[in-house]
Amino acid sequence: MYAIPGIHRTGAQPSPVPEEVATAAPAPVARTVAAVLADAQIESVLQELDTDLVGLAPVKARIRDIAALLVIDRLRMNLGLAAQAPSLHMCFTGNPGTGKTTVALRMATILHRLGYVRKGHLVAVTRDDLVGQYIGHTAPKTREVLKKAMGGVLFIDEAYYLYRPENERDYGQEAIEILLQVMENQRDDLVVILAGYSDRMDTFFQSNPGMSSRIAHHLAFPDYAPPELMQIAEKMLATQNYHFGAGASEAFGRYLELRLRQPHFANARSVRNALDRARLRQASRLFADRDRELSAQDLSTLTEADFLASRLFHTTQGDA
Amino acid sequence: MMTNPTGRLTQGQFSFLPELTDAEITLQIEYGLGKGYAWSVEYTDDPHPRNTYWDMYGMPMFDLQDAAGVLQELTACRQAFPRHYIRLMAFNATRGVESVAMCFIVNRPPVEHGFMLERQEAQGRNLRYTTSGYGVSRPEGERY
Repeated sequence: MYAIPGIHRTGAQPSPVPEEVATAAPAPVARTVAAVLADAQIESVLQELDTDLVGLAPVKARIRDIAALLVIDRLRMNLGLAAQAPSLHMCFTGNPGTGKTTVALRMATILHRLGYVRKGHLVAVTRDDLVGQYIGHTAPKTREVLKKAMGGVLFIDEAYYLYRPENERDYGQEAIEILLQVMENQRDDLVVILAGYSDRMDTFFQSNPGMSSRIAHHLAFPDYAPPELMQIAEKMLATQNYHFGAGASEAFGRYLELRLRQPHFANARSVRNALDRARLRQASRLFADRDRELSAQDLSTLTEADFLASRLFHTTQGDA
Repeated sequence: MMTNPTGRLTQGQFSFLPELTDAEITLQIEYGLGKGYAWSVEYTDDPHPRNTYWDMYGMPMFDLQDAAGVLQELTACRQAFPRHYIRLMAFNATRGVESVAMCFIVNRPPVEHGFMLERQEAQGRNLRYTTSGYGVSRPEGERY
């Protein structure tokens, strides 16, 4: 009716609103999958996911499905068929260190680039951010968090803490009810991702069946196999500008074998901790040699000895 | 009808334009969010021009990324006060600015009576003028 200044957003991102997408390409209307793929960045999203994340086959498969649905929806829309936004609320369950939080952080970007959420930011919260301390405190607190997450992804880490069955007057239930309401009614506005350890999430869903049924995607994160853990280690080192020296890779492989048999193995997190300790040993090894001139090569190499010094190789017990 | 030529209250932005639709309000909110403003919802049934501070509906909404949150609050306010004036305000928190950057009415009562001009005769032949809304003689909540 009248011109409103500032509504034309400039930027390389594809427009998240479907009808704008339809009007954005006026001349040829896409009729093939390839044509839609050409103007969305879906291919690159999927490729990036494959290269950056090791393993996690079920998760990648699900994201691929979601991306495929988006493409088909666009084609349907071009032919005038109804296309309803799918429910994208997810639940990530898995053992410690299997990448739940990492994937959730990525999911916001992925869903944004696929055009399912408008802004693509991620609001990560835990029980403390949702549940209040006194009567009447919880609802405004939860609503405020939900408002902040609109247009993006709300990530609730350790979601099972929301429900405390041992205390019947716990305010967590109130937060859950508000969450459920928004998850149902404002599906287009935000995506909720719950994450937690499998066993405790199971009990959480048993006591909140409404929550379970409103989540369309229950993704179980499998434990990593030893070769995958090695790959993760190499990636971690590469990002920190370190690399394995001669024989160090094999030593680390043997370390992982021993560590896997120990209790409290936390997958990628244990790998990271082990590498951090190796870096510490490398640092003190170089530190001891005061007069040596250190090259970049010296400073970035983790040697076999750095790994073999681990307690695991000397004792059969203990969490090295 | 000197204070109310159109039968509509004209305060803030866009008040001479036709009512904004929800889609247009969304675009305005997006614009403000893009500038980093914090939106808030206010309502009143005493829209006197000097009544600067209307009642707040909820807290001002800082750190929002998307218009949906503001619109949700506005919808709730409209449900609670369908016959009140409701306005949206965007607060610019930049140091040194710290003031309202945008403000527009998004809900009006069905009939707007406007304001009455009162003349008070003072000493000599002096006249003192004041305006007051026709509705304000009635108690709060029953004015429109």
